[in-house]
Amino acid sequence: MIEARLRKILAVFEGKRGALVPILQRVQEEFGYLPEETLKEIATFLRLPRSQVFSVATFYAHFYLTRRGDHLVKVCQGSACHVRGASDILETAQYRLGIKTGQTTRDYEYSLERVACVGSCAMAPVVMIDDEVYPKMTAFKMNELLSRDKEDSDKAGQRTSRPERGKGQK
Amino acid sequence: MTTPDRQHTLPPITSLDDLDSLRESLITSEGLDPVYVTICGVPGCGVSGGQQIHEAFLREIKTQENEENIIVKRTGCQGLCEKGPIVTVRPQNIFYHSVTPDDVPEIVEETLIKKRCVERLLYEDPQTGQKHRHIDEIPFYQKQIKVVLRNCGVIDPNDIGDYIRIGGYGAAGMVLARWQPDEVIACVKDSGLRGRGGAGFPTGRKWESSRNAPGEEKYIICNGDEGDPGAFMDRSVMEGDPHSVLEGMIIAGYAVGAHKGIIYVRSEYPLAVRHLTTAIAQATDLGLLGPQIMGSSFGFEIEIVKGAGAFVCGESTALVMSIEGKRGFPKPLPRPNTSIVGLWGMPTVLNNVETFACVPAIVSKGADWFASMGTEKSKGTKVFALSGNVKNTGLVEVPMGTTLREIIFDIGGGIRGDRQFKAVQTGGPSGGCIPESLLDLPVDYESLAEVGSIMGSGGMLVMDERTCMVNMARYFLDFAQNESCGQCTLCKLGTRQMFQLLRDITRGEGRPDDIAVLLELAEAVKAGSICGLGQTVPNPVISTIRYFRDEYEEHIRDKRCRALVCRSLISYRIKEYRCKACMLCLKACPVDAIIGGKRQVHEIDQSKCIKCGSCMEACPTKFNAVECISGLTM
Repeated sequence: MIEARLRKILAVFEGKRGALVPILQRVQEEFGYLPEETLKEIATFLRLPRSQVFSVATFYAHFYLTRRGDHLVKVCQGSACHVRGASDILETAQYRLGIKTGQTTRDYEYSLERVACVGSCAMAPVVMIDDEVYPKMTAFKMNELLSRDKEDSDKAGQRTSRPERGKGQK
Repeated sequence: MTTPDRQHTLPPITSLDDLDSLRESLITSEGLDPVYVTICGVPGCGVSGGQQIHEAFLREIKTQENEENIIVKRTGCQGLCEKGPIVTVRPQNIFYHSVTPDDVPEIVEETLIKKRCVERLLYEDPQTGQKHRHIDEIPFYQKQIKVVLRNCGVIDPNDIGDYIRIGGYGAAGMVLARWQPDEVIACVKDSGLRGRGGAGFPTGRKWESSRNAPGEEKYIICNGDEGDPGAFMDRSVMEGDPHSVLEGMIIAGYAVGAHKGIIYVRSEYPLAVRHLTTAIAQATDLGLLGPQIMGSSFGFEIEIVKGAGAFVCGESTALVMSIEGKRGFPKPLPRPNTSIVGLWGMPTVLNNVETFACVPAIVSKGADWFASMGTEKSKGTKVFALSGNVKNTGLVEVPMGTTLREIIFDIGGGIRGDRQFKAVQTGGPSGGCIPESLLDLPVDYESLAEVGSIMGSGGMLVMDERTCMVNMARYFLDFAQNESCGQCTLCKLGTRQMFQLLRDITRGEGRPDDIAVLLELAEAVKAGSICGLGQTVPNPVISTIRYFRDEYEEHIRDKRCRALVCRSLISYRIKEYRCKACMLCLKACPVDAIIGGKRQVHEIDQSKCIKCGSCMEACPTKFNAVECISGLTM
């Protein structure tokens, strides 16, 4: 299954120079992360040593080698956000979700990340949940936002279990 | 009338005359005395509601008789983000802020039909309380001169017709039809334009060396990898005026003899990618990109490459490595200039988004016009992203040489909550913190460098008394140690050492000689790094020690953070005589650290408290029962 989907992506890049990064980006779009077997296939396809593919995949911040949660909570830690209390917001999000930055909740509902800047500095501090930007955040609002988000998805019957504190997995 | 998908109705352009007649027909098609309603607020900028306001306008206008005359469009950034979403009515230049969809019927009825202002939506001067009707009366806009941002907030970025209507592609058309490549280079050189990405290298000279360098193929790369936290001008230009960037690149390609352009965009900016992709497709359809542009013998195409999240890729050789599909490592020294040996070993012009956006304006208005603005060595205007504890956050474009005080106090409106100004940080992680005593410094490349900062890409972060300078230095070094590519030992380990020292100081574990060690390490990292990252990231530490040494000493000696920021040095307390046992803070605490109950005065369990301040925020101001303290008295 993975192989067929991968081959489809690779076919587009046949004969292109400098294709490694765009291929990894497309593969991640397709699978949500970079499964190990895809890296091997990509190396074979590009006739590159696996070490090079792996080194690129681990160098850039946007590539993940493990499965991510369904929702991505990105707490901006840019300088403008920092000055207006972004670290309190990140701390609150960690406690609320029961995971550390970079981790995913056990039920794969949420992944928590810090980003260097999303370019919405005038509305600092900001948080992004999936593609939505939440401007002028505070620790208090973050707490409420994550509880509300949680309730919504609980109501919709998607997940019933709440992520337990301190039981995140990498 | 709205700006429809008129793309398919536009004829291909095969000569400069075609472009002129298309422009005229676009102007005529809008009828006599058109009224333009522009709405800002793109998804991603944090200002929400642009889409709904646009839809509300379209609905309301349909019911009006003179709908033909009214042109509604969504634009990019209009600058004063703090007050967004902004609706501007032109040509009257009426400026409404913080608009909601519910305000739209009133704006249509009052302003568009009866030609009156909706008073409650006008901008009110925070100092005088006076309401301003027109955009040019608002202090935020008064001192600005828009060159790079000339079209942002004016045109619909997804409609090439709108760009052509206001004269777009005219500069490229004129250059291709009438100018020699050398004349283009001479014009850019005469204008005094310097790279807006940070280093400030003269653009004309860069183009000239690429033109003269041997190579079968040459490349133009636009650096849209705006990695500096606190800078968002490139995002706004790519999203709000993508065609200006394309036009600047076409002109550069012609001057240098390159036929291929690449725009390297940060992947955090998905909307910029979308708008650029649309713009490239539209320009290609009209024959403004591709072979034989506008009937000339010159062909040029542009491709977008998305970054993958590495700050160091803003460095030219690292960026080239990244496009080639490798890790973004700056090339080892001695390295040839990218303009001579760049992408795939070929001569490559690498300029920033803002630099390219200046070019069409310089070509059409002349080098002298551009050079007439600014200071002796820094010509033209510069866009700054004003953020932090300043009242009017947003994008600001001023002539070089404008003082920091003018930017922060006249345009920015001063400090939020009328607190005390402490410092302004320019240039992001490579820049420095500038104290109050230097507020009258004219902003240009040289004077900023003199005081230990840099121009950088134009981030301007204003800090008030509640910002801890040691914490700020720690923040930037944390960023630096994460983003160091790891090639140079002194950068990789030196920044980590510096970060650890700063972390210890902010935790109250600093030692008296730490400051001296920090300065020594800073010099070593600067000297021992091969690229701009390592050579500049110690700047925030050096400048904060230079201007705010007493704060460092206070942290080390008194275990006190006067700004009440450093978590290990502060604690929150509930004043029992003020607590009304209302349970608000108890419910707000994310870690259940507050003990108490109904009719039982609350208390904070210090062992559980994470010092997020939620309790202070939750406590009603009339009770004001939560306090934050620091120092040995704790």
